[in-house]
Amino acid sequence: MPVVRLAHETDFDGWRAAARDLRAQGVPPSQAIWTVDGAADLFASPTSAGGVAVCEGSASATPAAAPPAFTVPKPFVDLARQVIQHRSDERFDLLYRLLWRLKDEPDLLHILSDPEVARANGYAREVSRAAHKMKAFVRFRLVHDEEGEAYVAWFEPAHRVTESTAPFFVKRFANMRFSILTPDVCVHWDLKQLAATPGADPADAPREDALEDYWKTYYASIFNPARLKVAAMQKEMPKRYWRNLPEAALIPELIAQAESRTSDMVRSAPTEPSRRVVKAAVRASRDAPYDGQAPVTLDEIAAGVDHCRRCDLWKDATQGVPGEGPGRARLLFVGEQPGDQEDLAGHPFVGPAGQMFDRALAAAGVPRTETYVTNAVKHFKHELTGKRRLHKTPNPGEVTACRWWLDAERRIVRPRVVVCLGATAVLSVFGKAMPIGKARQQALQLPDQAQGVVTYHPSFLLRVPDAKAKQEAFDAFVEDLKFAWALAA
Amino acid sequence: MVALTLKRKLAILSDAAKYDASCASSGSRKRDSMGGKGVGSTDGGMGICHAYAPDGRCISLLKILLTNFCVYDCAYCVNRVSSNTPRARFSVDEVVDLTLGFYKRNYIEGLFLSSGIIRNADYTMEEIVRVARTLREVHDFRGYIHLKVIPEASPALVNEAGLYADRVSINIELPKDESLASLAPEKDVVGIKKAMGAVRVSESASKEKGRRTRAPRFAPAGQSTQMIVGADAAADGAILKRAEGLYGAYGLRRVYYSAFSPIPDATSRLPLQRPPLIREHRLYQADWLMRFYGFSRSEIAGEDEDLDLAIDPKLAWALKHRGDFPVDVNTADRQRLLRVPGLGVKAVGRILEVRRYKRLELADIGRLSRSLAKLKPFLVAADWSPGALTDRADLRARVEPKQLELF
Repeated sequence: MPVVRLAHETDFDGWRAAARDLRAQGVPPSQAIWTVDGAADLFASPTSAGGVAVCEGSASATPAAAPPAFTVPKPFVDLARQVIQHRSDERFDLLYRLLWRLKDEPDLLHILSDPEVARANGYAREVSRAAHKMKAFVRFRLVHDEEGEAYVAWFEPAHRVTESTAPFFVKRFANMRFSILTPDVCVHWDLKQLAATPGADPADAPREDALEDYWKTYYASIFNPARLKVAAMQKEMPKRYWRNLPEAALIPELIAQAESRTSDMVRSAPTEPSRRVVKAAVRASRDAPYDGQAPVTLDEIAAGVDHCRRCDLWKDATQGVPGEGPGRARLLFVGEQPGDQEDLAGHPFVGPAGQMFDRALAAAGVPRTETYVTNAVKHFKHELTGKRRLHKTPNPGEVTACRWWLDAERRIVRPRVVVCLGATAVLSVFGKAMPIGKARQQALQLPDQAQGVVTYHPSFLLRVPDAKAKQEAFDAFVEDLKFAWALAA
Repeated sequence: MVALTLKRKLAILSDAAKYDASCASSGSRKRDSMGGKGVGSTDGGMGICHAYAPDGRCISLLKILLTNFCVYDCAYCVNRVSSNTPRARFSVDEVVDLTLGFYKRNYIEGLFLSSGIIRNADYTMEEIVRVARTLREVHDFRGYIHLKVIPEASPALVNEAGLYADRVSINIELPKDESLASLAPEKDVVGIKKAMGAVRVSESASKEKGRRTRAPRFAPAGQSTQMIVGADAAADGAILKRAEGLYGAYGLRRVYYSAFSPIPDATSRLPLQRPPLIREHRLYQADWLMRFYGFSRSEIAGEDEDLDLAIDPKLAWALKHRGDFPVDVNTADRQRLLRVPGLGVKAVGRILEVRRYKRLELADIGRLSRSLAKLKPFLVAADWSPGALTDRADLRARVEPKQLELF
C-alpha cells in the first residue's frame, strides 16, 4: 500500500505531486495512506516534483515514464490549497478522494450538497474563518532592539493559516518591522522580505506593552452594560482566542457588573427637564410663517419653501427647491417640480431634463442667467420602486397649494413673459388645462400684465422614442424659446 | 480644575460614543501601505471586527468623540447640554496618536470620529476634518476613517470630510419628524436631509470623473445613518418606511437601528421603559428583507403595524401567505426561493448551482442550509412534499422558536 510522506503540514506542492502520480498510476483512495513526516529530510526524494513526496509500497515509487496527463477544474486547486491548511487529519485523504472522483464526475465540485464536497467546503470555510480571525485577533507588542522599533505578536491560529495570512499583514504594515510567532511557524517582515522560521513558544514573545492599558480602557468603556449579549460575543470571539487577547481578561468582570450598572441607571430618577425645553417650543413655531404674510423677497421664499407644510409632499422630499435667477427678469420659466437630482442638490433644472433645457436655451440663444427658472411645485413628488425614486405627477391639490409660492415669485420678479413648460405649469399658471400642441407659439394674456407662453416640458424631449421625432420636438422647443425671448425683448 | 489624564479622557469620550451602533469598516476601496510611508490597508470588502464587547457588538474602529461638550439638548443623548455627565475634550494630536498606536498593534481598522457641537457647527466640523487631514496627509494613514457629519456645517467642510473619509454618516435619529422636533429641538429634519442629499451629490460627482484623472473618491464606502428605536411612539412600520425612503433618496449603505438604551442621567422627557433588544433585531431582519430579498416595505409591515417579536418577519409573511407555498426547490426561480423562511441568499445561490446537475432531495437541502425543520413545511423536494402540513392551523406553533432567541 503506498504511503505518501509529505514534508510538512501544509505541503500543498508535495501533496499535489504525489496525488498526481497516484491517480496516474490508478491507485484508488482506499489504498493510499497520507502522512506528514517530522524528519522530512531523511525521506526527501530529490526527483519528486515541488516537494518531498515519496510513494512507497506496492506501487512504483517513481512516476511512470509518461503518466497520462489529466486536468482538474481550477476551483479544485483553490479549494485544495485552502483545505490543506485545516487541522483535520483526513484532509489529504479527502482531497485525494475528490480528485479521484473528478475523473468520472467532472461536475462534482458544483454538487455542493454531495457529502464529501460539503465536507471539503466546510473545511475551506473554517480555514478562511481562521484566517479572518487571525487578521482580527493578532495583538502586536512594541519592542526596541538595535535596529529600532519592532512589533511582535504571539498568536495561536485555529488552523495553519499563518503563512497564507502573512501577506495581509505585510500590505497593512509595510513600513513597520514585525514578527508573528505561532506554535506552527513564525513569520518576520524586515521592511523588505517576509521570512518564515519554525514554530515558537509563548515565552519568546514580549510580555507587555504600555498602550495595552489604554486599549483595555477603551474596551471597557465602549461596552454598553444595558445590552448584555454574551452568546453573541462568544460566537464571534470564541474562547480559544481569549488567552492571547489582552482585553479578554476584562470580560468576566464586565459581565458581572452589567446588571447592577443597568439597574442603577434605570432606578436613578430622571433629571429635571432643562430651560432648553422652552427653546423647543420656540423652534416648533418655525413651521408657522406661511400662515402669515406672503414673502416679499426671494430670500424669504427660499427659506420659506424649505419649511412649507401647505401640502404633504415635504415629508418624503429632501428640501424645497425655490426658483433661481435675477430678482428682475424679463422671462420666467415655470417647470413642473424638482426631480431626483434637483431634490438632492436644492437647485431647479440640474438633472437630465435640466441639461436638455440648457442645450435648448443655448440653441435658442437665450442666456439662462438672465431668466428666472422655477417650478410649479417646489417639493419632489415620487414613488419608491425598489431603491429608486420615480417621478410622480403632482395632483391639482398640490399644485394649488404651491401656487402661493409661485405667485409670490411672480410678484417679486415681475417678468414680461411667463413660459409654462408642460401641463402642470399650465395648470398652475392658467388655472386650467390646455392642449400644449395647439397653444404653442401664442402670446396669451395673463391677469398680471404678463404674457403667457406654453410649450413642452424638456423631459418630454427625453422620452420621445425615435431619433427623428426627437430632433423635431427639440427644434420645436427651441422655436418656442426663441418666440418667448423675442416676446420679452 | 484638574487636568484629565489621557486615559480618563479616553474613558469618557469612548463611553460617550458607545450609543452609536455603527462600527463597520466595510465597503471601501482596496488599498494598502505598500509604497507609502505610513500604515494601513482596507480590503474593499467586509471589514474586520478586532474584538467583541460583551454586548455582542463588533469593535472594529476606535469610536470616540472629539469632545462630549455639546450645546444641543437632545433628550435621548447622554451628552446633551443639560446632562450632568463628566466632560472631556481631546486635542487633535491626542486622537491622531491614539489611532496610530492602536492601529499599529492591530487593535483596530481605523477611526470613527464624532463630536458634540461646540461653539458652532462649522467650528466642530473643522476640528473633525483636521484630525482626518492630519492622519492622511502627515502620517500617510491608509486605514479606515468614518466621520460624523454635522448637518449644519458648511458644504465645503462636508466635502473635505468626504475626501479624507471612507464613510460619512449623518444620524436621522428618530423615525418621525414630529418626535425629532420635540426630543431634539436644535436638530432640524430638513437640515439633516439636505446634508444627506449634498453628500449623495458629491458622491456621484466624484464617481463621474474619468478613471484616468485619479480624482479622489468622495467617501468610497458611502454614507450611513442611525435611528433610535423606542424613544418615541413610532411603530415598526413607520421606522421601516423612513428607512426605505432614506435608502431610495440618498443611496445609504446602511441604516442602523439602535434600541433606545437607558443612559446615566436620563431626562423625564423619555419613556422609562426600554424596548426589548429583540425589536431591534427584527428591524434589522426586515431591513435585510427589503435590501436583499426583494420584499417591499408594505409587504412586511403597514405604517402603523409593529413586527411580530416572536418570529422573524419572513416567517411571519409566509404564514400569512400560505397560498404561495410550498415552493418546489427544483423548479422555483430565485425570487420565489428567497421568500422561503429559513433560506438565506447564500443557500439560495447554492441551491440554484446544484440544481443544474441533480434533483435536490431533502437531505441535500439539509447540507445546503441551516434550518431544515423550519423549511420543511414550505418546500417541495424530489423526495418530500409537505402535504397538508403547509395549511395546518397549528403551523405557527410548530415552526415558532420555543423561546425568544435573544433578550
